[in-house]
Amino acid sequence: MNDMTLTERNVDIKDIKIAASNVQVHYGETHAIKDVNVSIEDKTVTAFIGPSGCGKSTFLRCLNRMNDTIQTCSVKGNILLDGEDIYDKRVDVVQLRAKVGMVFQKPNPFPKSIYDNVAYGPKIHGMARGKSELDEIVEKALRRAAIWEEVKDRLNAPGTGLSGGQQQRLCIARAVATEPEVLLMDEPCSALDPIATAQVEELIDELRQRFSVVIVTHSMQQAARVSQKTAFFHLGSLVEFGETGQIFTNPNDPRTESYITGRIG
Amino acid sequence: MPTFWLIACLFLMSAAGFILGRYRAVLSTGGEVRKLHSLPSYYGYNVALSTLLPALAALALWSILQPLVIDARVSGMISTDMNSENTSAELMMSDVQRVSEGLNIAVARNEMTNEEIRVMDADTVDLRSRLADLGIALGSEVRPEILTAARQHQDMTHAGRLMMTIVVVLLAIVGFARSYGLTDKDFRARNVVERCVFALLALAASLAILTTVGIVFSMLFETISFFGLHSWKDFFLGTTWAPNFRGDSELSILPLLWGTIYISLIALLVAVPIGLYAAIYLSEYASSSTRSFAKPLLEILAGIPTIVYGLFALLTVGPMLVRIFGRGSEGLLGLTWMTGATSVLTAGLVMGIMLIPFVSSLSDDIINAVPQSMRDASLGLGATKSETVRQVVIPAALPGIVGAVLLAASRAIGETMIVVMGAGAIAKFSTNPLEAMTTITTRIVSQLTGDTDFASPETLVAFALGLSLFVLTLGLNILALAIVRTYREQYD
Repeated sequence: MNDMTLTERNVDIKDIKIAASNVQVHYGETHAIKDVNVSIEDKTVTAFIGPSGCGKSTFLRCLNRMNDTIQTCSVKGNILLDGEDIYDKRVDVVQLRAKVGMVFQKPNPFPKSIYDNVAYGPKIHGMARGKSELDEIVEKALRRAAIWEEVKDRLNAPGTGLSGGQQQRLCIARAVATEPEVLLMDEPCSALDPIATAQVEELIDELRQRFSVVIVTHSMQQAARVSQKTAFFHLGSLVEFGETGQIFTNPNDPRTESYITGRIG
Repeated sequence: MPTFWLIACLFLMSAAGFILGRYRAVLSTGGEVRKLHSLPSYYGYNVALSTLLPALAALALWSILQPLVIDARVSGMISTDMNSENTSAELMMSDVQRVSEGLNIAVARNEMTNEEIRVMDADTVDLRSRLADLGIALGSEVRPEILTAARQHQDMTHAGRLMMTIVVVLLAIVGFARSYGLTDKDFRARNVVERCVFALLALAASLAILTTVGIVFSMLFETISFFGLHSWKDFFLGTTWAPNFRGDSELSILPLLWGTIYISLIALLVAVPIGLYAAIYLSEYASSSTRSFAKPLLEILAGIPTIVYGLFALLTVGPMLVRIFGRGSEGLLGLTWMTGATSVLTAGLVMGIMLIPFVSSLSDDIINAVPQSMRDASLGLGATKSETVRQVVIPAALPGIVGAVLLAASRAIGETMIVVMGAGAIAKFSTNPLEAMTTITTRIVSQLTGDTDFASPETLVAFALGLSLFVLTLGLNILALAIVRTYREQYD
């Protein structure tokens, strides 16, 4: 854990991409998220850590309104993307999700070919004017997800036939292909082996050049390795939010310290 | 002893065996149940089952085989005695059986005694009228040979019955003694009972399969005798269906097959889109409260008897179609295309309504089986709900949906009542859906109802039609199952 103080941390003030204030989430009777305030910066990796059931995935799913698909879920408070409230009635959820992409815990490629998996989003949003342009988009996305070399000869093979790590990178390529501004990742490595995890982490670091990335993770080492900002959630509340280096070496809150040293969780 | 009492006796012995076996097992450890290999009741079941099952099996087997053996022996006797007569052995045999039965009834009602029968002389006693008084009608006077044979038949039956009772009771006693002797604290009664349960379940499964095989074979034999009387070329390749009970009929399956397929096609055209859309609505769009009352409501359609659909076709849909497409200037469209209420369209529409819940409920299950993660992935990319359904959910569920449609098709092909009442009875090749047409199933009904002679091709053709229908639906079902099976492996 010492190395992360060495990695250069960009502490310049960046644009705020997402600003969440006083967010409350209820699942029926359960109060899942209590009064959370977070600012997610552009071109930064923000990690959400915390014990299971602390609400970090729920909060992540609020950021692209994936919680809308759950009937009993209600969200209160303000979440601003580039200064616009995403829960405003005038906001088109579909447009929002195109801007805020998501990668899930379990790799979930469609039972289609690798090419069609990646081309799915661009086709829906009419991003390509022709076949050759679509080919370019697919190749670019696959290259960005660091999987192009492995699949370029079998783009027509089914995406479900790939290995777990490849499937997850394919899902990242699929999310990247729609050119989102923010990429949400819900424990993207929990179903992967260490080698695949390392590949995905490397990828996340590269993605930071273009997107703002929010990652939920159970692994504190992973948070320390890939993120610049870290938010610690506990029992539905945001306990502490700050520079990753500071959170891991010099936390302000005693609960953060106990979690990091392994006493809660 | 009547068989009923024999069976009751067996069950009584078995119940006693249960109590005794259980008691002995508990005794063998001096009352300490924990030291037994199995729970005490397993020892009881073991004794009860070993008493009951072999005896019951023997009883069943004996009851089936005895009449066959006795008939064979008696008919052997007759045919050697009386080959000079010009009656067939089969007819004689049925006479013998009737006389034998009649004598049995007479004895049972105390009208005759066994001694009287033994010394009876057919030439002096008018047995026919005496039996007729008892309500047993014989076709002709009883000849001495037949009376002798009947006596033989009776004697053998009595002897066989007695032997059967002895054997069955003996088997029960042996089974009881053996299992009771084995009952001991180390005896693995639980495993034995487990094997019995396995055998019972396997028996149930094989009975269902054997019945199917039996049905197929019975149809197959009748079909073969049909093709012995009628040329297969006319049946499979002819173009006319014109049964004529005075003989010389033209019996071709093709016009009937055309009607069947045409009506089924219309039914599927109605059922598949509506059923599929209903399934998509229920599984993807409806809130759980809507779904919880809409789905059972839709499935009520599946519980309506087909005869009621038939009435609906005849009384509501048919006249409605006539009002739209017929009646000239009085009709809605001012057309004269349709005259009668029975038509391909009438039957097809109503059958389609019948199939809606079939398609929707199967498709609904299949669509629900598509993992939520697929929908999340698509929605997360900014697809709308309908794009998700169209491009991800339906393609993933498609093989299963095709399977559901094929199953619905095989139901449509086999459907009878709606077609009888809604489609008419004219066998012909026509593409006009407003004309009456007929199907394989309705022709089977009409060929087998009324006064029929089971040796004429006009009747036997029903079996050939039935077998063809069976082959058709079986093929569709196998295809559907194969498709559904490959679909199951998709997400692993």
